[in-house]
Amino acid sequence: MLLIPCPWCGPRDETEFSCGGEGHIPRPADPAALTDPEWADYLFMRKNPKGVHTERWVHSQGCRRWFNVARHTVSHEILAVYKMGEPPPETGADSKQNRT
Amino acid sequence: MAEAYLRLSALAHLGLEARAVADPGEAGVVLSERPGRGQIDLRGEAEDAGFLGAVEQAIGLALPLEAGTTASGGAATALWLGPNEWLVVTPPDGQGAAAEALRAALKDLWAAVTDVSDSRAVIGLSGRHARDVLMKGCSLDLHPRVFGPGRSAQSAVARALVLLHQTDEAPSYDLYVHRSFAEYLWLWLEDAAAEYGLAVVSGG
Ligand SMILES: [Zn+2]
Repeated sequence: MLLIPCPWCGPRDETEFSCGGEGHIPRPADPAALTDPEWADYLFMRKNPKGVHTERWVHSQGCRRWFNVARHTVSHEILAVYKMGEPPPETGADSKQNRT
Repeated sequence: MAEAYLRLSALAHLGLEARAVADPGEAGVVLSERPGRGQIDLRGEAEDAGFLGAVEQAIGLALPLEAGTTASGGAATALWLGPNEWLVVTPPDGQGAAAEALRAALKDLWAAVTDVSDSRAVIGLSGRHARDVLMKGCSLDLHPRVFGPGRSAQSAVARALVLLHQTDEAPSYDLYVHRSFAEYLWLWLEDAAAEYGLAVVSGG
């Protein structure tokens, strides 16, 4: 069980949250201009790093707000929690560095 | 609109009034249903002083801005639900006038006023073992130095979604639970409270 610090409510059990998958994937401004492979890349392709992963969570049994979490996929350590719209903090979250 | 005289509380079928005692005596846990409260879901921009001022003007209440806190004023109490959302609780049948006043005051602002009085039942839980009962089914830290009178939290009790509000040091709690979960939660609370001695009292 993870203890996830909601940016508003503080630390709560993982069971109060739902995970929304990888964060920082902006919807293309003009989807019609994309090729099929580009659209498929946006829809389906995810980093799946062994290391720090930035992902979206929602406090579904609490304040019902979405926020971002930087979590290490091996240790499950939560390295940072930050609000929607904020850039990822410096945690070495670049997946290229973490795939070694 | 439902006629008031036909309205039944979520736990009316349990016949709690017939079990209610005037004096709970030595019971370690005291339970009651608190039916009919007005509940308004209020949304607006907490950063907007105009919004906060208009709410205060309308219902005499300064909204709580810190997570997990509550505030009372006028005849209402507001419970923090999120950074831009509150539950405004009024005495029974007070929700119509309060919602009307809020809508009039907020009509030109980025805000929403929704009467949700029938969505949640309210169960009152108090007594010297009330905290022990909650701790059996709730992962919140309810120690008095963290969670005291005036605090509220949305969490789970026995896996049911509950908006928990501590109302005094006794300790007494109001548990706001979605109506369809009210009987389940009540029966769970009765079971959890049995070892401490349980009294049912008339709610209000
Ligand atoms: Zn939260």
